Amino acid sequence: MAERADAVTCWPGRIAAALVAVLVLGTLLAVALRAEAGRGLGPAEWSAIRFTLLQATLSALISAGLAIPVARALARRRFFGRRLLITLLGAPFILPVIVAVMGLIAVFGRSGLVNVVLRWLGWPEVSVYGLHGVVLAHVFFNLPLATRLILQGWQDIPAERFRLAAQLGFGPRDVFRTLERPMLARVLPGAAAVIFAICLSSFAVALTLGGGPKATTVELAIYQAFRFDFDLGRAALLACVQIVLVGMAAVLALRLSGRDSFGAGMDRALRRWDAETRALRIVDTLWIALAALFLVLPIALVLLDGLPGLAQLPLSVWRAAGVSLIVALGSTALMLCLALPICLAAASGRGRLEAVGLLGIAASPLVIGTGLFIVIYPIADPFRLAFPVTAVVNAVMALPFALRIMVPPVRDVVQGYGRLSATLNLRGVPWVRIVLLPRIRGSLGFACGLTAAMSMGDLGVIALFADPETATLPLQMYRLMGAYRIEAAAGAAVLLLALSFGLFWLFDKGGRGHADA
Amino acid sequence: MLTLEGISIVQGDFRLSADFSVEDSTRVAVIGPSGAGKSTLLSLIAGFLEPVAGRVLWNDEDITATAPGARPAAMLFQDNNLFPHLSAAQNVGLGLRPDLRLSGEDTRRVEEALARVGLAGYGARKPSALSGGQQSRVALARVLVQDRPLVLLDEPFSALGPALKAEMLDLLAELLDETGATLLMVSHDPEDARRVAQRTILVADGAALAPQDTAPLLDNPPPALKAYLG
Amino acid sequence: MKYLSIAAGLFAATSAVADTPVLTIYTYDSFVSDWGPGPAVEKAFEETCGCDLKFVGAGDGAALLARVKLEGARTEADIVLGLDTNLTAAARETGLFADHSVTAEYAFPMGWNDAQFVPFDWGVFAFVKNADLDAPTNFRDLGASDLKIVIQDPRSSTPGLGLLMWVKTAYGDEAPAIWEGLADNIVTVTKGWSESYGMFIEGEADMVLSYTTSPAYHLIAEEDASKDAVKFDEGHYMQIEVAGKLANTDQPELADQFLAFMVSDAFQSIIPTTNWMYPAVTPAEGLPKGFETLVVPDKGLLVASDKVQDIREEALAEWLSALTQ
Repeated sequence: MAERADAVTCWPGRIAAALVAVLVLGTLLAVALRAEAGRGLGPAEWSAIRFTLLQATLSALISAGLAIPVARALARRRFFGRRLLITLLGAPFILPVIVAVMGLIAVFGRSGLVNVVLRWLGWPEVSVYGLHGVVLAHVFFNLPLATRLILQGWQDIPAERFRLAAQLGFGPRDVFRTLERPMLARVLPGAAAVIFAICLSSFAVALTLGGGPKATTVELAIYQAFRFDFDLGRAALLACVQIVLVGMAAVLALRLSGRDSFGAGMDRALRRWDAETRALRIVDTLWIALAALFLVLPIALVLLDGLPGLAQLPLSVWRAAGVSLIVALGSTALMLCLALPICLAAASGRGRLEAVGLLGIAASPLVIGTGLFIVIYPIADPFRLAFPVTAVVNAVMALPFALRIMVPPVRDVVQGYGRLSATLNLRGVPWVRIVLLPRIRGSLGFACGLTAAMSMGDLGVIALFADPETATLPLQMYRLMGAYRIEAAAGAAVLLLALSFGLFWLFDKGGRGHADA
Repeated sequence: MLTLEGISIVQGDFRLSADFSVEDSTRVAVIGPSGAGKSTLLSLIAGFLEPVAGRVLWNDEDITATAPGARPAAMLFQDNNLFPHLSAAQNVGLGLRPDLRLSGEDTRRVEEALARVGLAGYGARKPSALSGGQQSRVALARVLVQDRPLVLLDEPFSALGPALKAEMLDLLAELLDETGATLLMVSHDPEDARRVAQRTILVADGAALAPQDTAPLLDNPPPALKAYLG
Repeated sequence: MKYLSIAAGLFAATSAVADTPVLTIYTYDSFVSDWGPGPAVEKAFEETCGCDLKFVGAGDGAALLARVKLEGARTEADIVLGLDTNLTAAARETGLFADHSVTAEYAFPMGWNDAQFVPFDWGVFAFVKNADLDAPTNFRDLGASDLKIVIQDPRSSTPGLGLLMWVKTAYGDEAPAIWEGLADNIVTVTKGWSESYGMFIEGEADMVLSYTTSPAYHLIAEEDASKDAVKFDEGHYMQIEVAGKLANTDQPELADQFLAFMVSDAFQSIIPTTNWMYPAVTPAEGLPKGFETLVVPDKGLLVASDKVQDIREEALAEWLSALTQ
């Protein structure tokens, strides 16, 4: 029996998903077709694949594991500044990679804070470089994401259940057994799978903190194939491996986590009668403090280190900042053009389209950039298209996260108001304007903020297409470093950080403002 | 006149057949055990379901394949009848112009409708600033401006208290007397049927039976209805 | 508001009619940055050529070559500037480059004889340290010491590849043993030079793989004499950076004119304090003050460009196996 689709049409979603697939897979194909006979995958590549899987698995397990106590503490404690803290905890996720690595080294490096303290205590120093360093960095990046996903799980448990538990005299262990463990079983695998997928394509972080070629990931192997050997076939083959691995993880994540989102509604702390003991209070406070310290300290040190450099920033850096802002806003607009139709189609039961949207996690920037170059070159000057191309690629990279955020609320709107809209003959563009956008405003703001911030901080493909006039802020920051201007580069990092945060905050706040009903 | 001609609905194990007409300007209750298919029947008429066999006719015109918004019907659901982010006036205005580009005349009609349901001056309020009864009145005001010859109600007042529900049904009956529209109203309370509906459709055992006069049916129920009424 | 006009340009027709001929030069990104030689070179050449010189940046030397390979004969580049002797053989193989007729008195020790490529600067790889640190003066002693160094990955970085060739030419079959000795000294290996140098400045390592000319930046631009380079007994590997004319250029005379300009004083005097390398031809007024303090190796090491391909494969395999044990 055919249930008639109400206010929603699916073909725009199909087109958007097809565009994403063409961009990710088409560029891969372009690279593969351009390849001459190469040597295929050797032992070095297989060992890179093994290391990639190992570090991604560890990173996912540890991030998700540590996120449990942090999310639990945040879920059952109410305190002043809780909302701000949760926003701040999201910071590492939108941080430009190089800035984050600088911050981590300032804390955990040989001359970092931790070792300074250890030395002062007369204890042996610790080295951050190695597999544990890679995992540490990935936990730093992804703990906030895991925490938000799991916190959402806690908030989704209806307050009435906790009231009932209190009425029945449940202690923390009983609550865990009957309420929290089932929730975690539902939420944790999805969270871990998403983080696993993100960590698969890590490269610069893994190499720098991995301490050497032992930490060779698939993305680095792609890099080597491309620029050391100019073996485009092998680059394409490795990119395929990466897409298959991420694709598997993404489908797994989608299937395991079902409808859970890491979207809006974080500001509600549940009253928890079972957790009102002094010991649990101390435990929760400790977890929150530790997580905040771990996540905020590196960022604070980057700020501290860079402030003097701000004054030295030449005009060109400010100009690049302007360029980056425009590119980030363009990316955000493009992301919406792709995400909204896919969300609508997914909300009407075409969940597979969302899986296509997740391809963005799998894409190798180097392969996309090169593929686009091969495709664009015969028809247009790639340099003239540097900004649009960067905006498109950044939009596609952010799409998976935007979809995770936006699909559940869109589904709620379609399910809640689809029939009413249909009887009112409210459809198409007016429906999007009058019903959809206002109803998903919070998630929309969050997704836009995330996209803008990620686009702001991403070096992305611009490096492959840049000429002197077309520099983005991250590229200009690299150029400063490359010209020995370490202090000015640190200043540029502060500017980058401020702009990324600013964009995220503005969008997120814009989405929450005037929230009613 | 609404005609269901040889209708057969299949959803997995669930089946429902219907073959009857409803005279114009009649108020009809739809009652029966839960799960029997009362809401399904309304979904069919509203256009959310396609039958596997049969036709839905309005004044002898086949509307089986017509989109919900293009049918001669206005419908209210159990919940979500108002958009929480729009004002009362905007919610009513949607009944006139789905894109909310209201002319001066449209705005005047919206105000009139709000006044007619007793909410003059409440137009700027969001639903969250209205009581449950007031929210129902806004929805009724929209039905009024939609001015469709067929009104479908899928228990929109079930969350209201008995007194408030009776008040809404009375208001509804008044409005229908003015517009002359036909009403099909799902209810699990036979008192609702007695209160407003001249005729009643019994949905039970996989069939929606033709409308019968309400009072005799309820006074002298057939076995399936008797089991339900207890 | 330059970016606005750029943004507008994206949507404007691409066929802007220009009366002046345009010479397009592909080069590595740091050459064209505000702090590199690009802006000054552009100004100086445009004063004499009656043309528009357009620099286009593409990553580093290796990315530059990949770029030219991808574009093939249809490339818009008239000149590619910024390959080095590790890449010239592969570049020559593409058949895209034309012969040149430039001759000059080159300042580097081993002379020059290449039909397609003209050198524009050169540098010497070295470990840079704080001046007050007593450092070992060869790889063996460095490996035996407990000093910490940070280096770059040869698969993604030009200096990283330079270090690979340095150890290989200096030690031949003993190179794997040298790398095994160095393994515990290496703090980490970074993707590019910038990350390494930044980590060194932040105090993460005692020494960083860079150039003998790096201390000149601190001395001249920051008036800071606290950094110097270590002179190694086994000699130092060199990097000679070159430019070549594309065979399919639509501006052959202009391209020849630029290559000749490139070895003249006007170009060469820009190099030391913008690219922080040695000029290929020492300008008449000599090197800037401060360069005389730099370490000069007793022996310059360089693999002939046609041998590079064979050696680097083997050297990379040795490097990988020594550092992944």
